[in-house]
Amino acid sequence: MNRRFGFYLLLAPLVVWLGALIIIPHIDLFLTSLSVKVRPRVYEIGLDNYSAFFGEPLYWNTFARTALMSVSATALTLIIGFPIAYYIAKLAQGRFRATLFVLCLLPFWVSELVRTFGWMILLRETGVVSSALQWLGLTSGPIEFLYNDAAIMVGLVYTSMLFMVVPLVTTLDSLDNSYIEAGYDLGGNSFAVLREIVIPHAKPGIVSGCIIVFMLSLGNYLTPILLGGKDSLWFTQQIYAQFITRFNWEQGSAFGFLLLILSSLIVWGGLKLTGQTLSKTVGQG
Amino acid sequence: MKRNGIGLRTMVATAAIFALTAGTTQAEELRLLTWGGYAPDDVVALFEEETGIDVSVTLSNNEEMIAKLRATGGGGFDLAQPSQDRIAGAQEEHGIYKPLDLSKVDSSLFIASMLDGTKKNTEFEGDVYGLPHVWGTSGLVLDTSKAGSVKDYTDLCNADVAGKVSYRLKRPTLIGFAFAMGMDPFAAYADPAAYEDMMKKVEAKLVECKPNVKAYWSGGDALINLLRSGEVVASMAWDTGGWKLNADNPDITFVAPASGALGWIDTFALPAKTKNEDAAYKWINFVMQPEIAAMITAAAGNFTASKGADAFAEEGLKARFQASFPSEAIDNIKWYPPVPAGLEDIEGDILDRVQAS
Repeated sequence: MNRRFGFYLLLAPLVVWLGALIIIPHIDLFLTSLSVKVRPRVYEIGLDNYSAFFGEPLYWNTFARTALMSVSATALTLIIGFPIAYYIAKLAQGRFRATLFVLCLLPFWVSELVRTFGWMILLRETGVVSSALQWLGLTSGPIEFLYNDAAIMVGLVYTSMLFMVVPLVTTLDSLDNSYIEAGYDLGGNSFAVLREIVIPHAKPGIVSGCIIVFMLSLGNYLTPILLGGKDSLWFTQQIYAQFITRFNWEQGSAFGFLLLILSSLIVWGGLKLTGQTLSKTVGQG
Repeated sequence: MKRNGIGLRTMVATAAIFALTAGTTQAEELRLLTWGGYAPDDVVALFEEETGIDVSVTLSNNEEMIAKLRATGGGGFDLAQPSQDRIAGAQEEHGIYKPLDLSKVDSSLFIASMLDGTKKNTEFEGDVYGLPHVWGTSGLVLDTSKAGSVKDYTDLCNADVAGKVSYRLKRPTLIGFAFAMGMDPFAAYADPAAYEDMMKKVEAKLVECKPNVKAYWSGGDALINLLRSGEVVASMAWDTGGWKLNADNPDITFVAPASGALGWIDTFALPAKTKNEDAAYKWINFVMQPEIAAMITAAAGNFTASKGADAFAEEGLKARFQASFPSEAIDNIKWYPPVPAGLEDIEGDILDRVQAS
């Protein structure tokens, strides 16, 4: 009896947290997404908001674009993050190792907004990079690096780097060095060792890092808005526009729900493709 | 359909806020939902001194004001300051405001024509919902040394300013371009079909103009930076932005477009669930006094509907105003009429398509 009471007591904060901040708002969101405006202050139940998403090419194009760019950002983050994580976990020693780790962490001491403004100062037409290139005589006039998809990509990779490096370092750390040595002893070259030993071992870390980075990129709002140009559409921007500038909460809720469902499907697909499960990767990572 | 979910969420949130704030403060408070510069610190301090009422200021814009009040059914604030054209429609759709009791306001403090105009425009089902406070215009902010060819909104598509243009992807841009193309969107407000046709023509123009645009700006500060650094030489913006820059760089200033600047009036409106109506009326009567109104003009950069406040305004600002607005340009200002509910849907689709093009 007493133990059960303790169990429920410990469970209570979690239940309140999940209930008040996740489950109830989502039920509310779902109900809102099902109501269709007939005329001012009159609503009826229907699926029109969902069919609008599939009926209007702009909406699903934007979603596809957002998903595709998030996948690319995830891949880029992995390609850049893996060597860093490997160096920190396997090659660096003692204090140097700690210093490197802190260096990865350092940008996250300031808010995302400040980090993004930092990139704007660097990349803008009258910014640091453009001025430096002119000073070096490499270009004759100022160059605009901002307001395009590449700038968004840079921002996204930078913003999510830590969330890739940390799980990778953790899994790579648990790999016994003697396996790598054995691989070389048996005549494997670096590429073979990487492919046959390191990557299979690090797979849960890679997958969990990718899931986090993908979700962060897909749901990012600030970076695409500030760094993106006149053609850069991001799905979260559509949701914001529906809620705030169009006063169409019903449509916005439907978009929010679709984002949740479609991104879950993409993650599920990714897990199936790599033969991992959520409990295995996130649990271990 | 009545959405119970929102009610429940509001209740939970309100309960949580009460639990947090109970016991900490019992002083009378006025929760003001307004724009930057409309409640400067010195004015707030004077008001507190005179009445003993604390003012807590939340800065916002038209769209967010409506969204915030809609989320709580008109609660959370005691006084809001939406633009006059966005009140009747929002009231019809969401019922977020409360009718004003005009007997509690000293109408002699207001410029009569502006008061009457705002009353008429914010009327819904026989009640008045708004009183005028700060007014201003939007038009062109230009670097006159580099963008001399730009006289009207459509000139932003000229070849000589290619790549150095910025405007917002919001409704004022649609309206401004429609006027510059020789149409009258305000006359079409009542006829959604005609309005949609008009907006389709504007859409074609904006799509054609898109290569000229460096970036669509979203925040006033971002635009000011673009103009100050010279990355943008011609833009569509508010008059105050241009005058602010003019103080630093005499070449940059606000120009009233040939087809007419677009005039807006920000108002006082009571949220439906205001908790301190008396304080709200006290604030209205307080800030409309000429000396106080002049302090707000100094902070916000725009003039107010307060009678006689001009006499207290700063000379530099007056000079800039007169330079931007010769008397015929003042007569040519196109004042926003109230937006009928539903028009924003048409505009939203157009804006989406322009961005996606």
